[in-house]
Amino acid sequence: MKMLLKLVSGLVLLLSMVTSVIATPVDTYEFKSPDNQKRALSLAHSLRCPQCQNQNLIDSNSPVASDLRLEVFKMVDEGKGDDEIIEFMTSRYGEFVLYKPKMEAKTYVLWLGPIGLLLIGLVIGFIFIRKQRISGNTPQEISVEDQQALDTLLKRNSK
Amino acid sequence: MKKLVLFIPLVLFLAMGVFLYKGLFLNPQKLDSALEGKPIPAFQLERLETPGELITNEQLKGKVALLNVWATWCPSCKYEHPFLNMLSRKNILPIYGINYRDERAPAIAELKRQGDPYTLNIFDKDGRLGLDLGVYGAPESFIVDHNGIIRFRYAGPIDQNVWSETLFPMIQQLQAEAAKDNVS
Repeated sequence: MKMLLKLVSGLVLLLSMVTSVIATPVDTYEFKSPDNQKRALSLAHSLRCPQCQNQNLIDSNSPVASDLRLEVFKMVDEGKGDDEIIEFMTSRYGEFVLYKPKMEAKTYVLWLGPIGLLLIGLVIGFIFIRKQRISGNTPQEISVEDQQALDTLLKRNSK
Repeated sequence: MKKLVLFIPLVLFLAMGVFLYKGLFLNPQKLDSALEGKPIPAFQLERLETPGELITNEQLKGKVALLNVWATWCPSCKYEHPFLNMLSRKNILPIYGINYRDERAPAIAELKRQGDPYTLNIFDKDGRLGLDLGVYGAPESFIVDHNGIIRFRYAGPIDQNVWSETLFPMIQQLQAEAAKDNVS
């Protein structure tokens, strides 16, 4: 059983590695350094293709995506910072191309909303549990007969 | 008070419902151009018909104009072409063409065959100007005011409906602005 489990998990690991290799560079672009490549790919993964809207720049085969991909790669190799590249993209295609929207006044709801909802949930849960505990701690009135029946049941169990 | 608190989830649910319901009718393809209110990006590209003759962004200033991104590989451009021809005959405003990621010879042949509505045709072979304009497909059209500021972007083929409902009123307004500026 253990052997089988090991085999399966090994296979899963192998498969995930294979697919990630297929999913990476589509173009044969030569980067100046492996670090540049890593940064460029992660950037291109975080940018959305304006034409095929549910794909990022790496996934998409549309001509616009390949242009933009190349542009990102070039800018990374020129040593431009992430902020500069993101600014380049948003000034042309709008905030829309960012899979991760910027933290701004108009995106606060987006970023902080889930945390707010979680807090509300926690508070409600806390109040609810506390109320139950308080009511649960008050001793219950049991009639004498019930108590006797309970005692005999408990004794029977412990035997 | 306690009863009111119990209504909070319902109110939250209704608010969310309204938002999601509205979302059903949004067109995800309709993106606001990031360039509205910004000048035409600087460029220096060859004229389609005459290799070697350079056109710059400065040449497009002065008049309210329509910038039309087109290509021979784009079927919707063929669909909108007769309408552009008709517009150019009416002589309302200059139409500047941007031949986007295309080949020179077929593009020229196409204009010979179908008629040429363009005052000037910019040959953007590598799509560099298109990239600076935030173009993601063709056809796309931009309305530019007399100062060379992009005022409106329309993605998709122009037809009579779009023209008379959206583009033409805007152009008339901008031309009025331009006339006022020239007088003062």
